[in-house]
Order: sequence, then C-alpha cells, then structure tokens
Amino acid sequence: MRVEISTKRIYSDFVKKVEEINGQTLPPCYQCGKCSAGCPMSFAMELLPNQIIRLVQLGLEEDIAKSNTIWICASCITCSLRCPRGVDLARVMEALRLITMRKNIDHVKISEIPQETIAELPQLAMVGGFRKLTA
Amino acid sequence: MLKRIGVFICHCGLNIAGTVDVKRVVETIKDYPGVVHAESYIYMCSDPGQDLVRRAIREKGLDGVVMANCSPSMHEKTFRNVVAKEGLNPYFCEVANIREHCSWPHEHEKELATKKALLIIETTIEKLKRNMELTPMVVPLHKRALVIGGGIAGMQAALDIASAGYEVIIVEKLPTIGGHAIQLAGTFPTLNRVPCLMAPRMAEIASHPKIKLYTCAEVEDISGYVGNFAVKIKTKPSYINEERCNNCELCLGECPVTLPAEFDRGLSQRKAIYLTPREAIPQKLLIDPGSCLHFNGNECHACEEICPTKAIDFLQQETIAEEVVGAIVVATGYEIWDKMNVPEYASDPDVIDGLQFERILSPSGPTGGEIRRPSDGKVPKEVVFISCVGSRDPEHGFTYCSRVCCMYIAKQAVLYSRTVPEGQAYVFYMDIRSDSKGYEEFVKRAVEEERVLYLRGRVSKVFRDGDKIKVWGSDTLSGKSIEIAADLVILATAMTPSEGAKELARKLNVTVDALGFLTEAHPKLRPVETLTTGIYLAGTAQWPRDIPDTISSSSGAASKVISLFSRKELLHEPTVAWPDEEVCSGCGICASICAYHAIEIDPKRRVARVNEAVCEGCGACIAACPSGAMRQKNWTAMQFFEMLDVATGAYV
Repeated sequence: MRVEISTKRIYSDFVKKVEEINGQTLPPCYQCGKCSAGCPMSFAMELLPNQIIRLVQLGLEEDIAKSNTIWICASCITCSLRCPRGVDLARVMEALRLITMRKNIDHVKISEIPQETIAELPQLAMVGGFRKLTA
Repeated sequence: MLKRIGVFICHCGLNIAGTVDVKRVVETIKDYPGVVHAESYIYMCSDPGQDLVRRAIREKGLDGVVMANCSPSMHEKTFRNVVAKEGLNPYFCEVANIREHCSWPHEHEKELATKKALLIIETTIEKLKRNMELTPMVVPLHKRALVIGGGIAGMQAALDIASAGYEVIIVEKLPTIGGHAIQLAGTFPTLNRVPCLMAPRMAEIASHPKIKLYTCAEVEDISGYVGNFAVKIKTKPSYINEERCNNCELCLGECPVTLPAEFDRGLSQRKAIYLTPREAIPQKLLIDPGSCLHFNGNECHACEEICPTKAIDFLQQETIAEEVVGAIVVATGYEIWDKMNVPEYASDPDVIDGLQFERILSPSGPTGGEIRRPSDGKVPKEVVFISCVGSRDPEHGFTYCSRVCCMYIAKQAVLYSRTVPEGQAYVFYMDIRSDSKGYEEFVKRAVEEERVLYLRGRVSKVFRDGDKIKVWGSDTLSGKSIEIAADLVILATAMTPSEGAKELARKLNVTVDALGFLTEAHPKLRPVETLTTGIYLAGTAQWPRDIPDTISSSSGAASKVISLFSRKELLHEPTVAWPDEEVCSGCGICASICAYHAIEIDPKRRVARVNEAVCEGCGACIAACPSGAMRQKNWTAMQFFEMLDVATGAYV
C-alpha cells in the first residue's frame, strides 16, 4: 500500500506525543543503523530499532503498533549509548510503549496465559509483562 | 658519433630489480660496443644515484649517458640536468624505459624481461651514438592572458592575473558577465545573498585598468602556441548606439514582441529589445535579432520611432578584433540538463528545475522574492525536491554525480522553509553528498531546525491531480511506498558542459571527454592544465563544481598563467621536424596531417616550412612524407635503422 506523507502525518499528535514523552525531537536520526547493529534483541524483532525511529519520523503509527519490536526491547540502552547523533532510542521505545498503554491496549492477554503458567509466574514478572519498564 | 657511453641501470626498489636481473644486465652491457661504463643502483633518481652519474662522467670521461629506468616523462629532465652540470650537452642523455615498457608488464616472465631490458638499452645506445648537440629554442612570450568565459570562474582567473600586473582579455558570450552565479538566490552553507558576493567583483572587473572586456563575443579563431596565441574575437552588435542611449527605456514599452526571459529561465517575459538583468554588469539595452521583427522580414521600427536620442542602429555589424596573448584560461562553465529530457517529470508548469527555483527564491526574481508557483501564483505549501535527475542515471542521463545538487537542494529547502514557515519541504535522495567545509552540518541544520524531511529513494512518477502534483516515490529506509500531494516540484537536473564548449575545444586544440567536459593534463598532478601548453582550465568547464571549488581551480589556473608570465622568455624543445628542401616537392601532405598546425607550404618556393616554436616533435609528418624529405632532429632515419637492427637482430 502506498502511504501518503503530508504535514498532517509528520506533525501528527502521535509524533508530537512521542517527542513530548521522550523529551527530544527525532529528525537528528540519520538512519545509520548502529542501534540495530548493536541491539541484543534484534533477532526477535519484526522491525529493527532504526526502522521504528524511521516510522516515527514519517508518522506511521499503525506500522509500529503492528510490530512486536517495542515489546521485545529489553531497555538495555545499548542503542542510546552508541548512537552517534545522541538519540536516546531506549526512551523513544519507552514513549511508544506508554502511548500504546495509555490507549488501554495490552500487549499481554492474561486470558491466553495457561493457568499453570500463571500459577508459577512470580507476580513481578506479571507486572513486568504488562507494563514492561513503563512508569 | 659518441664513443664513450655510460649506462646506468636503476633498480627502482623492486619495481625493476624484482623482475629484471639487473646484475646480469650490467655484466652484459658493459662489453657492448661504445660502452665504457655500466653500473646499477637502487634509486638512480636519488641524490647518491645522481652523484654516481656525475662521478662517472668526470672520472671515465663519458661523452654520453643512457639512463635505464622509468619513463622519460618521469625523469628525463632530471638526468638531462645532471649531465648538463658536468658540462655535457643535455641531449647526450637518453632514457631507456625498462620499467613501464618492461618490468611492469612482464612481472611474471623474469627471463624474457631481462632479455627485453637489454634490447631496450642497446637500442637506446644506438640512438644516442648518433645524437646531435642541441639547444632549446627561445620563443617570445606575450604577457597578456585571454580568459574565455565571464562567469565566476573566468572573473576570478581574470582578477588574479590582472592583480599580478598582467593584461587580461575576457571574452563572454552573453551580454553580461557574472554567469550562472548571479542567477542564484543564495549560497551554501553560509546563505550569503549573491549580490553581496558578486557585485563588488563585477564592478572591479568593469573598472580594472588591466582588464579588457568583450561581451556578446565569441572566440572565432585561434592560432599560434604558448606565448604567442593570435586570437580573433567576434563581437555581435547590440544595435544600440551606446553613446546616444540614455537608458530611458521608452523603447521597451513600444516593442511588440514578447518572449520568455532567459535570465529568469522562462519565468518572466522580456521584449525583443531588452535591458540586461539588474544583477549583471554591464547594464545596457540591446536588441535580440533572433526575435526582433525588424530582422525577421517585417517593417517594424517601433523602438527606433520612439527613441528620443536616435540611439537605435539597425545597421550595426559584427566586428572582429584581433588580439595576441601568451596564455589562455578556458572557463566556459556549465548548463543544466533540460528537464524536458525526462518526460515523466517535466510536462507540468509547476515542475521546475533548480535554477528556476533559484530565480523564484531570489529577491530580484520574477516574483520579487515571494515564493509563488508558476501556474497560478499560489504560495506552495508542500514542496518536493528530486535529486539526481539525469545524474547517476546512465540509462537516461549520465553516469556521474553532479556534485552540487545535494547542497543546493538543502540551501533551497532552508530558504523556502524560512520564507514559508508553514510550508513543508521534502527531499527525495539516493545519498546526501555534503563533502566540504560546513556542508554536513548545514544539511543537518536543514533537517533539525527547518525539519526538511529527507526520503531515501528515487521518484518513479510525477503527475497532475487537480490542484496538486502527485509524487510517487519510495522510502527505502522504511520500505514504504510513498505518495506526496505537492504544490511544487523542483528537479535537481544534472550539470552538463555549456553549449559550444566542444566546438571551442576543437579550435583550441584541447581535448574533451565523452561528455564534453574539458580534459586536464593529469587527473591528480596537473588538474588545471591541458595537454596544450599555455592553455588552462577553470571551473565547471572541466567538471561539476560548487563556488569554492570553482574559485580554487580558477586561482590555480591563474597562478599557472602568472608563473608562466614571470619568466623572461620561453624555451621550446629543439627535437623538431625540418624539411630537406632539396628533396621536398611541396605536396603539402605534412601540412594537412600536422595536428599542431606547425607546417605551411612556402607559396613561392613550393617547399614545406616548419614553425619550430609550434612543432611538438610528434613525427607524424615524417611518417607521412612520401619522398622522405621531412626529418626530425635526433630522430633521424639512420638512428631508427640502427635501433631496428638491434631490436630485431635475434629474429633475422
């Protein structure tokens, strides 16, 4: 599908929200890919970390929502430390998770977790599964 | 005949010695007839190596020297100077090229290479034996320069040469100097306004006592050689008596012909009689005979009738001026590729090229500095830039990168964003090439401060959709196919050599590449010279360049001219052709074959006459002469026969 890029999209409420929560604008990212190159979890991600940033730059919220990336992110902040442009990608991931959760969208569906697993899971893991590292 | 020859074999590190058995060569060659000394050394061109040669000349009383080393284009001069220091005539030193002609191409055939090195040295010894004592010729040097092209490159070269105290003649095809630079709205990365940049320089040229300016002029013909070029300059008439014209501009209102103005690249209109652009120098009125009704079979005298000072003169004729100069700087500049070459981009009035957008951005442009699109004068809110239109596209345009587009797009996007703060600029690009001082930072500022959105990918289609122009492209970074509904599309079309540059190059006897850019003498070491001595290159006539690179290359060319002019006189190689007048029948085949126009036939005596100062000693006339009358100094038939005897001895 061809997507229409316009000022409406690249300055959408979604983009503004991401920038507001993570505390910095995103144009500095020049898509070198170093974040994805060093990400220890990228093997399990449907979209690479740099692609997530690109999609935010283009305002393509739906594509981010469809992928598992922000939930696979372990918030190890390797990407943030290595970024040559000073983009704190771990914070961007966090912002994206927050935005999703504020819409009451759960990544983990409790009803789909087998009873036995729930019985064995520590409560902390349950909370973590819901909220990741979000405040 | 030389009888006491020394042979010096260079190892060139392992370049030669790694392939050729230099020890064996020394052992063999020292017994060759006429050779009284042979030795080898790791680097003959080094100081100790040169000392070996000098000592041997002194101690062994050598009368000739064969240097077996690299190509004569590298070190012939070095070693000729060495033997001259010991009192020998420099032409008693010859180079046997056993590197480029032997060790390099035969790296894997050591035995054969050694044999070939010996043969090369032996043939050179045979040539040297029959060399004559020669002295370089002194040719006169006219310390005036011709600069072809009055754009920013030609202006810089002219100012540099003139400020060194030499006269300069500028020939400019258009009515004004300033070239494309005065069309620009601003510069990157400093965003200087162009009038502040150009106006003082143009004024300096117009008033400089050492600079003579020909506008509406072209080089009609050129002959001669370094130090002595005779140039014919054709000046087209303006059809205005400039002494009478008081620039009242009444004629402009009367002229019935209206056509697109070239300076604004068709975005404004002018009359057949028109005033040169405000940005340019000189400011004057002129009639364009191509569109003027009077010159196209009509009886129109509208301008003539209204003119209160009777300044219109339809009878003016072309004039030819003759000038003699010592050096030439070619600064013929560039054109940009016509957008019409890309049908899928170009059929819309709101799809414009980069120079057109410069005019729209310019405070003195067709819209008075307000950014309005050509079709309906609306302020465009979504603007798309497309880079590499024709560049890096061998299937539709050219293989090369035009070098300036990435940066001027960033500049235009910034100027646009500042003028239309609510507008958005998009740039489709393949790579962002920002490879000079402050350039990368400038692009980053465009992205971060002006929020120009860069999309990585070529555009596939541009088409009209009502009020909008739909741009279909791709963002390869996200893998998304993209559509933008734009109000204005700007194409960064390729930079190409200016029209007529090829033809001029032919007149000047300098080479152009397949694209029509002028070729330098050496891509690394002689970037501002041509292979024709005395002719130099400046600016974009040679290759796409931005303003600082153009200024550097122009100052480089000017410094070459100044260093040439700082000499008292010029020396010319004496190994030139000469006709044996007893044998020459005056058939003229030599004259027609000479690439340097060095030969003419004496009309009275019917024999060939060689202009020794022009002859480059290539030997073409000697090979062509049907009667064997043409000879060359130190390359006689006898020398060739002796060399061939040695070279082919093993095979006959």
